[in-house]
Order: sequence, then structure tokens, then C-alpha cells
Amino acid sequence: MMLQIGPYQFQSRLLLGTGKYPSFDVQKEAVEVSGAEILTFAVRRMNIFEPNQPNFLEKLEITKYKLLPNTAGAKTAEEAVRIARLAKASGLCDMIKVEVIGCDKTLLPDPVETLKATEMLLEEGFIVLPYTSDDVVLAKRLQQLGCHAIMPGASPIGSGQGIINPLNLSLIIEQATVPVIVDAGIGSPADAALAMELGADGVLLNTAVAGAADPVKMAKAMKLAIEAGRLGYEAGRIPKKRYATASSPMEGMSIV
Amino acid sequence: MELIINGESIQLPDSVKTVSDLLSHFRLNHKIAIVEVNLNIIQKQEYETTTLCNGDKVEIVHFVGGG
Repeated sequence: MMLQIGPYQFQSRLLLGTGKYPSFDVQKEAVEVSGAEILTFAVRRMNIFEPNQPNFLEKLEITKYKLLPNTAGAKTAEEAVRIARLAKASGLCDMIKVEVIGCDKTLLPDPVETLKATEMLLEEGFIVLPYTSDDVVLAKRLQQLGCHAIMPGASPIGSGQGIINPLNLSLIIEQATVPVIVDAGIGSPADAALAMELGADGVLLNTAVAGAADPVKMAKAMKLAIEAGRLGYEAGRIPKKRYATASSPMEGMSIV
Repeated sequence: MELIINGESIQLPDSVKTVSDLLSHFRLNHKIAIVEVNLNIIQKQEYETTTLCNGDKVEIVHFVGGG
């Protein structure tokens, strides 16, 4: 089963961020090993006086990937729309991760501005993936607008705290009619596997790989964890019970 | 002509008349760059026909690593 976002289909359920890697070479290898088909990045002012400064996009075969620019840096819906339009004008992408931060300390998203930006960008024909808090009702409202995926955070961006509210996340997943991609806060492969076991359609992470002691190895670990978690979800886990149930048969025990 | 490029006042030679000239001047014409003039995004096919005026506010942006 494939991950479908808007008109696009993907084999991989890992969406990888491109920030904070120790080097472009490590990043390139991590991206390849991760199997990710969707890469996120940001839009920023260019240093016009250093035209030969290397850019990560030049290191990658970008035609192999779907590019998912974010609107990071935006604090209002209008700023997010401006960044999204700039990204689209590159002619390289039509998907946008709406990211409107409402608090500098926690980097938690501003729900009102996120909702507004999502609506405006959908009207302009973007494939819109809003990064949102794990609010169940907000997720529903974003879905009603017609966004192409919902991306609730597991915990604050870059915190590595993992899924701090699995109940909300599972309620968002339960009611979802579009893919749910757990975005932000993933720290370890166990976190990513849990997100998938809860029924998420994908996981977006960056720091957990880029900041690991060995980013390439962690990229592989995340790929496997997401695959394992998804398989486990599809297989259907056993219910938790208070007491033991023997695995070996009870018959024929008279010999012992 | 003086332009405000990425928030900085920059003096440019008279030979720079269009967006295309501006990118060539900074040797950015083969880069993945997006240009905005006075908050209007300039599409690539308009680079040669979009003329710049003294005091125009120009943003030249690109993609950087991010999550």
C-alpha cells in the first residue's frame, strides 16, 4: 500500500528534513539510505556576494525527490503565503508545508494563522500539508478546508521528546480522511515506530537523523522503524491483558 | 542605480537594467534563485523584460536545509 498525498504516490513513508547535517556529503548519504522520496527545506535570502557557495540541492539528484518546502520563519498567514509563492516560483514544486510559528520558545504552531494560511494556499492551488499541534478539533477543521495531509507534532520541534500525547494522536488518526504525518519531536526509532503503530500514514523528521552521532546509520534505523511500525499496524497487534496466557498447550502435562 | 537587495542598499552600475542583468551581475543566473521586486514575484520568463528602478526593493531567495 502506497502513501498518497494529493495526486502523488510514494513507496516510502518517511519524509526527511534537510537541515543541520554535519556536512553535505553526510546529508546526501543519509537521504539516500533513508529511502525518503519527499524532502523538506526552507526558503531564505541568498548571500548574493557568494555565488559559489554550495547549496544542498545541487548535491542531490533533485528530480528523484518530491520537494516539500516549508514556510518556516512565518508568523502570520500572509507571511506563509508569501514564502509559499516564492517557493512555487522556482518551478520545482507545488507542495507546501504550512508552518506558522506562534511561540519562539516552544516553536509551537499558531493554530489560527495555520488555518488561515491553509485556506489561502488551497485556494491558490497548492498541495497543502499543514504542520499543526496535536489538537483533534483543529485537525478536523484543517481537513474540512480540504488540505491534502495533516501533520501533527509529536512534541516540540527538535526536542526529541517523542510522542507526548499518543491519545490525541490516535484520535486525529481515527477521524482522518487524509493522510496523517507525524511531524516534529521524534527522537528515536522507537518513537517513529510508535507513530506508525498508532496508524499514522507517515513520519516527518529531521533533527533525529541530522543530529544523531551517526546520521547515516540513524537514517537507516528510521527507515526500518517506520516500515516495522507500519507492518505492525497493518498486522493488528494483540490486546493488552492484565494476566498471563500460556503460549504452550495445557494438555499432555501429566508427564511432568 | 541604487537598489535595496535583501535589505541592504547596493549601488549598481548603469549596465544593470533588468532582473536578468542583475542576476548576471552577481553571477547568479545559473543558480536556483527566486526574485521578488517590490513584493511581486518575477517569473523566470519575465527576467529579461522586468526593468529595475532606483530604490526598488529586491529579494533574492533560494532553498536552504530545513525541516
